[in-house]
Amino acid sequence: MIQYIIKRFFMMVLTVLLIATLTFFLMHAIPGSPFDDDRTSNPTIQENLEKYYKLDQPLPVQYANYLKAIVTFDFGPSIKKPNDSVNSLLARGFPISFELGIITILVAVLSGVTLGTLAALRHNGIIDYLAMTFAVIGISIPNFILATLLIQIFAGELKWLPAATWQSPLHMILPTLALATGPMAIIARLTRSSMLEVLTQDYIKMARAKGLKPSRIIIRHALRNAMMPVVTIMGTMLAGILTGTFVIERIFAIPGMGKYFVESINNRDYPVIMGSTVFYSAFLVFMLFLVDIVYGILDPRIKLHKKEGESS
Amino acid sequence: MTNLKEVEIKDEWFKPKAKNLEKAEMVVRPSLSYWADAWRKLKKNKLAMLGMFFLIFLAIMAIFVPIFSPYLVTATDYPSQNKAPSMTHWFGTDEAGRDVFTRTWYGARISLFVGLMAALIDFFIGIIYGGISGYKGGKVDLIMMRIIEVLYGLPHLLVVILLMVVMGSSLTTIIVALTITGWVGMARIVRGQVLQLKNYEFVTASKSFGAKTSRIIRKNLLPNTMGPIIVQMTLTVPSAIFAEAFLSFLGLGISAPFASWGVMANDALPVILSGHWWRLFFPAFFISLTMFAFNVLGDGLQDALDPKLRG
Amino acid sequence: MLREQVLHNKSTGKPTFEGKERMEEKILQVEDLQVTFTTFGGVVQAVRGVTFDLHKGETLAIVGESGCGKSVTSNAIMGLIPQPPGKITNGKVVFKGKDLTSFKKSDLRKIQGLDVSMIFQDPMTALNPTMTIGEQLTEGLRTHHKISRVEAKTKAIEMLLLVGISNPSERLNQYPHQFSGGMRQRIVIAIALICEPTLLIADEPTTALDVTIQAQILELFEEIQKKTGVSIILITHDLGVVAKIADRIAVMYAGKIIEIGTKREIFYEPTHPYTKGLLNSVPRLDLVEEELEPIEGTPPDLFAPPAGCAFTARCPYAMEVCNLVYPVATSLSEKHKVDCWLQDERAKGLFN
Repeated sequence: MIQYIIKRFFMMVLTVLLIATLTFFLMHAIPGSPFDDDRTSNPTIQENLEKYYKLDQPLPVQYANYLKAIVTFDFGPSIKKPNDSVNSLLARGFPISFELGIITILVAVLSGVTLGTLAALRHNGIIDYLAMTFAVIGISIPNFILATLLIQIFAGELKWLPAATWQSPLHMILPTLALATGPMAIIARLTRSSMLEVLTQDYIKMARAKGLKPSRIIIRHALRNAMMPVVTIMGTMLAGILTGTFVIERIFAIPGMGKYFVESINNRDYPVIMGSTVFYSAFLVFMLFLVDIVYGILDPRIKLHKKEGESS
Repeated sequence: MTNLKEVEIKDEWFKPKAKNLEKAEMVVRPSLSYWADAWRKLKKNKLAMLGMFFLIFLAIMAIFVPIFSPYLVTATDYPSQNKAPSMTHWFGTDEAGRDVFTRTWYGARISLFVGLMAALIDFFIGIIYGGISGYKGGKVDLIMMRIIEVLYGLPHLLVVILLMVVMGSSLTTIIVALTITGWVGMARIVRGQVLQLKNYEFVTASKSFGAKTSRIIRKNLLPNTMGPIIVQMTLTVPSAIFAEAFLSFLGLGISAPFASWGVMANDALPVILSGHWWRLFFPAFFISLTMFAFNVLGDGLQDALDPKLRG
Repeated sequence: MLREQVLHNKSTGKPTFEGKERMEEKILQVEDLQVTFTTFGGVVQAVRGVTFDLHKGETLAIVGESGCGKSVTSNAIMGLIPQPPGKITNGKVVFKGKDLTSFKKSDLRKIQGLDVSMIFQDPMTALNPTMTIGEQLTEGLRTHHKISRVEAKTKAIEMLLLVGISNPSERLNQYPHQFSGGMRQRIVIAIALICEPTLLIADEPTTALDVTIQAQILELFEEIQKKTGVSIILITHDLGVVAKIADRIAVMYAGKIIEIGTKREIFYEPTHPYTKGLLNSVPRLDLVEEELEPIEGTPPDLFAPPAGCAFTARCPYAMEVCNLVYPVATSLSEKHKVDCWLQDERAKGLFN
């Protein structure tokens, strides 16, 4: 297990380094400089600015500075928002984005698993049919489309819920719903199919032969085994939710990290782009690492296969 | 068991019966070729067929509406801006007085083009990479798979966004950016298929006849690996369509005055609370329906082409 | 045949029954059981009227080719036919005087695992890979009896010792993948026996095991039966297993029991051509010079089973009547019954 974690950790560092390097060279491959705007067209000012942001140094030096910035976690000042450093933007935006992400994951996993399980238990019944229709529709509607539709219906026409910002639980309903529906639909479908497979296994038949209550058979015997494929796709899903926050925060005017990131892209604010990309990647890779560990906990065969002498 | 017919039993029935073994071993169902059987199964799946017909309809409309429409996609007409659907503008007009009907079908062109191109390019790269990796095996396979493993860990859309920032927004860059990250999944599937098949006897047979590696891949392996690959392609299309719309929505894709569903939804964002429902509804409706159609068709193909489920 | 040590007394066994009489106590009567399955291709008549009974402390083996309905029969007794697609269309399963087919699911659960329990074919898949052996052992016990965790654990350790697993208290916290196939089957047996059932249904309990392990498991069955007096229904296609531990044998073909009798009667006086064919198709060490004779052909399609005897198409002694009418059962001895037209007076001398 320890060996496995160490190996995974190195892969993790390697991936982050790769993304960081890729980001760096991509950003420097862009022709021109970020100060090509009308406001700073004076060449002297531009030079001074480039000096201030250390953009006049040779590329290898810049790269070294950049790697140092990553290790020390100090990405320097923003170009377009001179009063903000990249760090302060991350510190302000991340907690809000994290909150949105966590609520979304909870909603998606809990309701997706419940829906998928119910569908599997009523295989070919009405619940199954409805749940799977809902799931295909949920997968098909892009989150930003759903978000705008939800605003139009619940904030515009019905005026039940606020259309934007992130202040009270009431404000959180629409963004969470918009972001969670897709992942929820994917989880529901996956849970259903893996549950259907698990329910035909001998150990489920054996559990029934023991005279156990159906609730215990489902929760204790079937669900944990059925969850394994769901855990394996959590990585991709987390990435989807993360990029989803970009648009959702923009649509709902939520002052999260995604909003700053999209702004920085539109403004060509390179330090912010690089800083957030590296931060996002590191965060995501770390989450994938956690998912792997959860998988190990769920499946005892993985956790122990190094330690115990396999006897079968 | 009580046997009511006991009385009817006649003496002459007690004589040896002629042997008739063939009857006992009769084959129940006539065997069909793989593709015919898959097609028969797909036809039974109503939802998948509905999806297929919608996509054919969509393709026809996407090709012909922008040609025959009296309005140009980019033609502005400020006096008639934000008009509700009417006989002259079936889907209404936008803030520059452009015809939403024409723009919607032009958007369908963009979406279908991006989706199909992404799927095709993924397919070619995936086949080559996965095919070589799976067929060569050993060290080559190991290195190639390590590369894939690292690439697979990358957050795709984030990389695509970066690439778009660097390369500037255009249709070509969208497709390039999507395929740079997208081929990995296809390569994995192809490799898996090739690994499964490469030890089959017919491959050994053609090898022993001195056939070249490329010929073995082309003639023997590919036809047998097509099922899962077709499914993967069908499912690549909606995710590419989604990615294009997503980027355009963020302002990184196609830009106005040209229309893509993502651009149209983005343009509608400021006015969704002012009652101009058609601005959002039509692009939203068609993008969702298109993704739905590809998803159900992909599911249907998966069921129809999976040899494990045949029976 | 008489079991001297009948320690087991959980059934509300009347104290007047002693010795041989106790052995003759019927604990299970299956009457004209019919089970169908609805599939995409139509309705499969998997079990088409099966009748037998089982005495206390007895081992009845049900043998036949795969797909002959033996597993469906055992699942029907256990109340494990998935409905739908399965359906018990006719017949009774009378266990200790009560018809289980009329039971509600919740009532059935009070019998399952407690009075009747089951052992599955493949020990590699019968244990839940994500639960400890201890939990899988004790959960049935704790469902049926109000006992504490500690008491359940004590009982579990006792059971593991009974089935021959050393270090039981440590082993309880381990997962199935930490055991070998033979060990797992011992655990499955321990799970089945932990509530001290009256009836144990073993569905191909040794098929998935190595030959050496098979022998050990069969010895374990005999030992346990001696100690607990449990009645066993053994489903198998392996006549070697049958020869070792069965008291009586029922031969199934295409959803019907075509011949039933004591082990001695079936092995030494097989009467149905199918039973004979089955015995001739198995290698026997005691009859070296004889050649093996496979039975030609395949079993019939149970979507549309024939009106007459289902074996007719493969039977070397088939007569015109066989195809048309199903034969009545002929009693050859007190326990030996066969369904075959060759027993009819009119057929005598036809094939000599």
